[in-house]
Amino acid sequence: MFDDPNVVLHCEKIDKIYPGTKALDQVSFDLLKAKVNVLIGENGAGKSTLMKMIAGIEQPSAGKMYMDGQEVYFKDTNAARARGIGIIHQELSLFPNLTVYQNIFMNHEKTNMGFLDDKQHVDGAIKILKRLEHEIPPDTMVGDLRVGQQQMVEIARNLVDNDLRVLIMDEPTSSLSAAEVKVLFKIMRELLEQGISIVYISHRLEEIMEIGDHVTILRDGKYVADADIKDITLEWIVENMVGKNTQYHRFTRSIDLDHAEKILEVKNLSLPKTGGGWLLDNVNMYLKKGEVLGIYGLLGAGRSEVFECLMGMRPEHSGEVDYNGKPMKIGSIADQLNAGFAIVPEDRQRQGLVQSLDICKNASLASLEDFATLSLMNYAAEEKAVDAEIQELHIKVADKHLPILSLSGGNQQKVVIAKGLMTKPTVLLMDEPSRGIDIGAKTEVFEIIHKFSEKGLSIIVISSELKEIMAIADRIYVLSNGKCTAELSGSEITEDNLVRASYAGLGTGKNHAA
Amino acid sequence: MKKDNSQLIMTLLKGRTFIVLILLIIFFSFASPSFLSLNTLTMVAKHVALYGILALGMTFVIITGGIDLSVGSVVGLVGMLAGGLIQEGLTIGAKTYYFTVPAIVVLMLCIGCLIGLVNGLIITKLNVAAFITTLGTMYICRGLANLRSNGATFAAIGGYEGLGNVGLKALGADFMGIPAGVYVFAILSIIAAVLLNRTPTGWHILAVGGNEKSAKLSGIKADQVKIMTYVISGFCAAWIGLINTAQLSAAHPASGDGWEMNAIAATVLGGTSMSGGSGTIIGTIVGAFVIGVINDGMTMCGVSEFWQKIIRGAVIILAVVIDQTQRNLQAKMALQARNESK
Repeated sequence: MFDDPNVVLHCEKIDKIYPGTKALDQVSFDLLKAKVNVLIGENGAGKSTLMKMIAGIEQPSAGKMYMDGQEVYFKDTNAARARGIGIIHQELSLFPNLTVYQNIFMNHEKTNMGFLDDKQHVDGAIKILKRLEHEIPPDTMVGDLRVGQQQMVEIARNLVDNDLRVLIMDEPTSSLSAAEVKVLFKIMRELLEQGISIVYISHRLEEIMEIGDHVTILRDGKYVADADIKDITLEWIVENMVGKNTQYHRFTRSIDLDHAEKILEVKNLSLPKTGGGWLLDNVNMYLKKGEVLGIYGLLGAGRSEVFECLMGMRPEHSGEVDYNGKPMKIGSIADQLNAGFAIVPEDRQRQGLVQSLDICKNASLASLEDFATLSLMNYAAEEKAVDAEIQELHIKVADKHLPILSLSGGNQQKVVIAKGLMTKPTVLLMDEPSRGIDIGAKTEVFEIIHKFSEKGLSIIVISSELKEIMAIADRIYVLSNGKCTAELSGSEITEDNLVRASYAGLGTGKNHAA
Repeated sequence: MKKDNSQLIMTLLKGRTFIVLILLIIFFSFASPSFLSLNTLTMVAKHVALYGILALGMTFVIITGGIDLSVGSVVGLVGMLAGGLIQEGLTIGAKTYYFTVPAIVVLMLCIGCLIGLVNGLIITKLNVAAFITTLGTMYICRGLANLRSNGATFAAIGGYEGLGNVGLKALGADFMGIPAGVYVFAILSIIAAVLLNRTPTGWHILAVGGNEKSAKLSGIKADQVKIMTYVISGFCAAWIGLINTAQLSAAHPASGDGWEMNAIAATVLGGTSMSGGSGTIIGTIVGAFVIGVINDGMTMCGVSEFWQKIIRGAVIILAVVIDQTQRNLQAKMALQARNESK
């Protein structure tokens, strides 16, 4: 039995196991009453997962939760809501096809003899939006609002009922402007005065120092530390977030990169975001022949978008690209492949593989035309080329005509890499090449990257794992909120520099300086 | 100046189905002088009620992002079951029971709901695509309708005084010059509009169609909402099974064949998005009238059945193309407004 008047909700040794991974490992957490409880951790540390347990969106695999001295179990969001727990989701969970007031009162409808009372809805919506200092006409379609306004509607939804005790905010400011953040903080302080407890997840460290009361740090699904904000510094947070374990072997380079030619140069690359703002904001970067270039950044910083622009998947981008010293016009994906670009996408299952095809076909998919004479396939040539690639990359394959899903994650990833390499690229783009594979396979993937870069292939690697990118990259660009906030090489590549730069674009909101 | 222009275009686009309906009526009244007579309009209304009631149910299903191909077969099956009950009764062991017409109507509506329930359960609980599920039940219901009589027609649906089961034909008769089916269509339309616009359930249907994940996160039981829409669709189809049988004075197992397509066409013409999330009852009603006026108008002008099909197909595609144009224009205008405010 757990009872402490200062703790509104207590989590006791929560486990959450997903197929293949342990997202939460024996995490205990006290949610302090009428305080801003901050949760910090790198991407995938388990912050959002823990909040999903508390909000009833998912259920723990093991462990218990207590409120008011009683054990509670939330089988769905309604059960958590009945206990006064509301959540503002990281990804907006609104209905673009409905009006502002319909969104605000969805599933909390006011009725009169069983029929909707829209006057109450409209009046209520006006009142709540006025409190939020966003007087949006309540009958506006939510799909027509700017993202910041949508975020306000999302917040308004949680203020409909007066029984709110806990409000979970999962990165609520990620799409707000500086002025909107100010309003949000004012609301948060009001809520605290009413005795409501807040859980606040954010990557913006300055904000946390301003609004937070107590901070809890998670890493790799485990509890690391907790402390009152007044007792700590930014350095303490970074140190605990990143940790000090696991080191990767750093490769030595034989290529003289200082005198290598620039093979690719990107100037003023910008990409507009639907609903306002910019996914990429005047990004400049270059890549030398034989170089392994890293792009580091938090989720949503714009990393994958750089690749998508280069591969012709984002025709709405602006900016110039020089390739081999000549200006390049980015065409379709097929044009970019022919020009010598290849990509190993982030989501192996959805973007990298065709599950219904066998190993051999998955590997040769992007270069089938090389094995065709007069449009007829030369299977012998295809198989020979695939065999060579399997050997080159040490893919462990019993028979290349087995289903692709019969391979381990690491070997599947190598097949995706083989597919990219078989197009004989000049520039290889790798988006999170080590995601979801075991440590042995990671090392092998890094060895492949090193080996091919030594042969003169130019490679750009995106990673959100600090240690990994530090081990493999010759030079690193850090993206933050669509802006390039640092270019680091040699001894400048330190954890501290990387982490600081990854937050640097966030502080001032998103006003685009044109 | 330019803005005013595009706003006018938007208003015209939004009311396009209604404008098309008016134009069609004007066109056919010139093409065929007898078109604008009371008799013709009554006939058109009678036919429109048939597609229209099916389309009401279809609207709910399509708003949630689903589709119900089984309604045409449900029309046939319900007709055969009702006709059989009147003509032959229900034989259990050595005894044969006859039911009164109100009892038969209630029973048939329950059967329609039951088929909808089965559709909904298979789609949500077994995760089968709505298209496949209802394609399957479409064949099954058509097969059952034929099995009921071995393919024969029940002609004596008027019932027998002695058995106390007279009265089904009333559903096919006129009252004050207006066919009974039109009254049913009017009443069901009002109920449907109230359900969609004035009750929490209606909001939930729109929410599930607009963003199912968000709906679930809001605590809405999305599966239940979807199942309910198929039950509504089955319920509407059962009404048509009864009305159609009454109008024909006979139950034929091939009745309603292909009518699901008219219902879908009316729904789409009425502005309901096939990807879910938006749609109105009034739109569907206008859509049903467009389909009905085109069909009957062309027949009266002596257009061959073959050409009618081609024209109907072209109208449906055109409707969706215009729908898409409207969406693109809307997005463009929103973007323009944003840039101006910036």
